Amino acid sequence: MSIVLENVSYTYMPGTPYCREALRDINLIIEPGEFIGIIGHTGSGKSTLVQHLNGLLRPTTGVVKVDGNDLQAKASEKKRVRQRVGMVFQYPEHQLFEETIFDDVAFGPRNLGLEADEVAQRVESALERVGLPVSEYGSRSPFRLSGGQMRRVAIAGVIALQPEYLVLDEPSAGLDPRGRDEIFEQIMQLYHGTGMAVVLVTHNMEDVARMAKRLLVMNRGQIEFDGRPTDLFHDTKIQLHEFGLSLPYMTSLLRTLRSRGLDVDDALLEASDVAASIQSALQKKRIPQC
Amino acid sequence: MLTDIMLGQYFPGNSFVHKLDPRSKILFTLIFISSIFMATNYTGYMVLGAFLCLLILNAGIPVLIVLRSIKPLWIILVLTAGIHMFMTPGIPLVSAGPLSITEEGLRQGIQMAARLVFLILMSSLLTFTTSPIALTDAIERLLSPLKRVKVPVHELAMMMTIALRFVPTLLEETDRIMKAQMARGADFSSGNLLKRGKNMVPLLVPLFISAFRRADDLATAMEARCYRGGEHRTRMKELKWSYRDVGAGVCIGLLVTILGWLRWG
Repeated sequence: MSIVLENVSYTYMPGTPYCREALRDINLIIEPGEFIGIIGHTGSGKSTLVQHLNGLLRPTTGVVKVDGNDLQAKASEKKRVRQRVGMVFQYPEHQLFEETIFDDVAFGPRNLGLEADEVAQRVESALERVGLPVSEYGSRSPFRLSGGQMRRVAIAGVIALQPEYLVLDEPSAGLDPRGRDEIFEQIMQLYHGTGMAVVLVTHNMEDVARMAKRLLVMNRGQIEFDGRPTDLFHDTKIQLHEFGLSLPYMTSLLRTLRSRGLDVDDALLEASDVAASIQSALQKKRIPQC
Repeated sequence: MLTDIMLGQYFPGNSFVHKLDPRSKILFTLIFISSIFMATNYTGYMVLGAFLCLLILNAGIPVLIVLRSIKPLWIILVLTAGIHMFMTPGIPLVSAGPLSITEEGLRQGIQMAARLVFLILMSSLLTFTTSPIALTDAIERLLSPLKRVKVPVHELAMMMTIALRFVPTLLEETDRIMKAQMARGADFSSGNLLKRGKNMVPLLVPLFISAFRRADDLATAMEARCYRGGEHRTRMKELKWSYRDVGAGVCIGLLVTILGWLRWG
């Protein structure tokens, strides 16, 4: 089953002088097991869009269906849907509140009304997945961890719901490069290990370029591109800078080299592949080494 | 959700009323409110009402929104009018058992209700047309003579400004934490009072933590910019009296004169 958005529009504070249209006529289908990157400039509507996926916001017009159920029609569906679509907000560490890490991660499963041993088992596996084993961290206070660890605890709190779709809104915001790499590596492991669909919201092209199989580019409340990342980077008609975005560093490097007459493959994204491609192109040209 | 709440109720605009100096707006509002009590007959109320209508029209605020500001106080309005109608002695118009509405009572009731309505409308017009920050600024200036008797006027105004500044931020924060906990299956809207109170813990703990963190950050930021209270501080936006304020002063003076003449002339 899938998440379907039909002609969804959303307006903040309609009928006041502060009214602002955040989404305009969005049509989107998210299939299970997909890895989608949503990218857009600040204020392009990406956060508003993902809050529709589990019914936290109701569309002003249009329909959101999760597994064929209209979210608007059935209020009783909401809780079930929120379990199926896990949502990690920006700076999720700000939602921590319990005395121990175990209790904080257990908050979601307990709200689902699960048995104590099922809860314990879920907490254990969720903490394991984010690299904070329960035996070592379970009884510690979440407020004594580092920023990156707090964030991982918060993510574990959502994973413990065992959702089918995991939505992450700017999971790397405010982390140092190492913390960022760790978070993304764990997201990749999660994706491959559990088979849940991942929707990753970011404004940093580097983050999604390598990971996402499908990329949505948002601008002014509309989806401007929906397809594979490499197609986006090769489509010279799409002017990313008009949407306030830039190409991944490697792509723009390769493009520049290409335009200067070096025969490189500009579809590469990994630094090591790029280096190899440049090397072989240079050898082909037989530039005299000095 | 929460962020949909209108803050204060400032309604941005570009009208004559909007552009008045906030100090004069506060002063003139006070004068208008006291002049309401000068009116004793229907003509006086008509004059006041007409003046208010002109102001509202000039400010360009939708009439419905202006009238909405009366809504929270309608019980008091009905009570006031009712008590006056039934309790004033005089020639009875309608009577049922021990209760009777007198002619004097009816007049008194209508006038009292009108007074209250004018009072509410005028003060909400002030907050409709003046941003909260401009208001605190003006209050600081108007109260500055109290500095002589060691009232920390600047500090009070700064506290008010900071509090107002953080209302939207905290609302947004509340909204976000609420959504984050709802995404984890939290329920804020059902159960009995005790259960609901308990359900608020996942919202309140993070909210307090973030409020303290913000307060700390702000204090550091102010310290780093060498903030040290009101002494020798200048402002980026100096409040200035202009011809508009003089004009508004003349208008309000005229209103008071007419009302005085209607009463004693």
